[in-house]
Amino acid sequence: MALIEARGLCLDFPYYHIGARSLKKRLMGKSRLHTDPSNRIVVTALRNLDFRIGKGERVALVGPNGAGKTTLLRTLAGVYEPVAGSLTVQGQIGALIDVAAGMDTESTGRENVRLRGLYRGLTDAESDRLAEEVAAFAGLGDFFDVPIRTYSAGMGVRLAFALATAMQPQVLLMDEWFLAGDAAFMAKAEERLARLVGGADIMVVATHDFSVVRRWCNRAIRLEGGLILADGPVEDVLRGMEAAA
Amino acid sequence: MSDPSTAAMPSYHVDAADPQRLRKAIDDVRLGVSRWRLALTLAWLDIRNRYRGSVLGPFWLTLSTGAMLLGLGLLYSTLFNMSLREYLPHLAVSLVIWNAISQMVNDATASLTGSEGIIRQMPLPYTVHALRCVMRNGIIAAHNFPLILVIFLICGHLPGPEALLAIPGFVLIAINSIAAALFLGMLCARFRDIGPIVGSIMQLAFFLTPILWKPRLLGHWEAWMPFNPFYAILETVRGPLVEGGGPPLAWVAAIVYTLLTVVVAAVFFVRFRGRVAFWV
Repeated sequence: MALIEARGLCLDFPYYHIGARSLKKRLMGKSRLHTDPSNRIVVTALRNLDFRIGKGERVALVGPNGAGKTTLLRTLAGVYEPVAGSLTVQGQIGALIDVAAGMDTESTGRENVRLRGLYRGLTDAESDRLAEEVAAFAGLGDFFDVPIRTYSAGMGVRLAFALATAMQPQVLLMDEWFLAGDAAFMAKAEERLARLVGGADIMVVATHDFSVVRRWCNRAIRLEGGLILADGPVEDVLRGMEAAA
Repeated sequence: MSDPSTAAMPSYHVDAADPQRLRKAIDDVRLGVSRWRLALTLAWLDIRNRYRGSVLGPFWLTLSTGAMLLGLGLLYSTLFNMSLREYLPHLAVSLVIWNAISQMVNDATASLTGSEGIIRQMPLPYTVHALRCVMRNGIIAAHNFPLILVIFLICGHLPGPEALLAIPGFVLIAINSIAAALFLGMLCARFRDIGPIVGSIMQLAFFLTPILWKPRLLGHWEAWMPFNPFYAILETVRGPLVEGGGPPLAWVAAIVYTLLTVVVAAVFFVRFRGRVAFWV
């Protein structure tokens, strides 16, 4: 039974790069550390989130840039560990956040499919099946056996899309890129996406695009500054956002 | 398309009030080791991409190590007043193993930061990244091993059956490498200054460790040698191959140092594993 449940979920994002990371500051600033325990720069990315997403729900995470949408998505995917609260995700998770992650530009399309198969922990036979399936959809022809460094942008997108969507998870986590691709590509991808979304028990998608929300989702969670401002049926949440804007 | 096994990850539960760090660290190692094929593939890709377009590829290292052996061999055998036949086997094993250790340690500092793009995008066991780093350096180091054989043949140095003791020596080096890749990888992700510090330490260690020179040149100070961890580890391979078996004290020291690095790496890994995604 697919389920996502967050109770008091908090995530602080430390910004070590800004200056508190260096060893010098850690050693030299020891006295300052006592007077100023929050010496490091921390951004509270998610604040005390409570929600429960059950089977059949198609949830849109909406909100301005920096609201915490992608951070929440990555937390759900298991990349970040929450600093407070608890999170339960039941069901096999498939995350489509950054499709290019783990691609090797010097390798051919086929080698990249094999590599992705290893990342997903597939057997060789499963990987071969994945390669056939991806080759059929991406329609790269001979280019499937050429390093992807040489691909045109469009070919790269087709391969990445075919590879990323060649799975059927129970819990589908997506960044908006997938649902808001350019029109010509979407026409071909449409059916495949619909099948992917339809086959998942739960979908969570982070997006700015209201038409994506209205088209694909039946529930919206509005985030701002890491807080949930609204959670409910799509129209109610979007109306609230339009009123605020 | 509808193959359920293609999904990335099964269910999970995290609770900040009950982090279960030990269990998660053990799962990480277990799952990471079971994904050794991924680590090995990535290691080969790293090597292929690093030497792309190069004619000799990693064999450039073999060539440069060979040239170094020749030059240093001629110079130091004269300085130390030793015959080449006596000095070269010592130098060949010492230098090849030292290069492997030193490259391994220096690369370990980037084992996690180098995989930032993957760590922040998908939940993969961190052990995979450490194994990738160790395998990459192991493969590169293996390109130098034929040099040892060549020098042994030229010098007519034929080690007896005790040479097999070098195998546990290599195992000790491998264990230390995995621990170092995890520990230094995490530490250097958090504190970016550690990397250069490690580089300097390794440079200093090259001169403090009997690589160019033989321990007996130290006279009565030789007894202090086991306090140098690099000496102890090096001796577990060099002893069996060159000296007809290493001194027992070096073996004891090497095993103690290995236990220490493993314990330190394990404690650090268990405690801070959950923070790595924020550090890289």
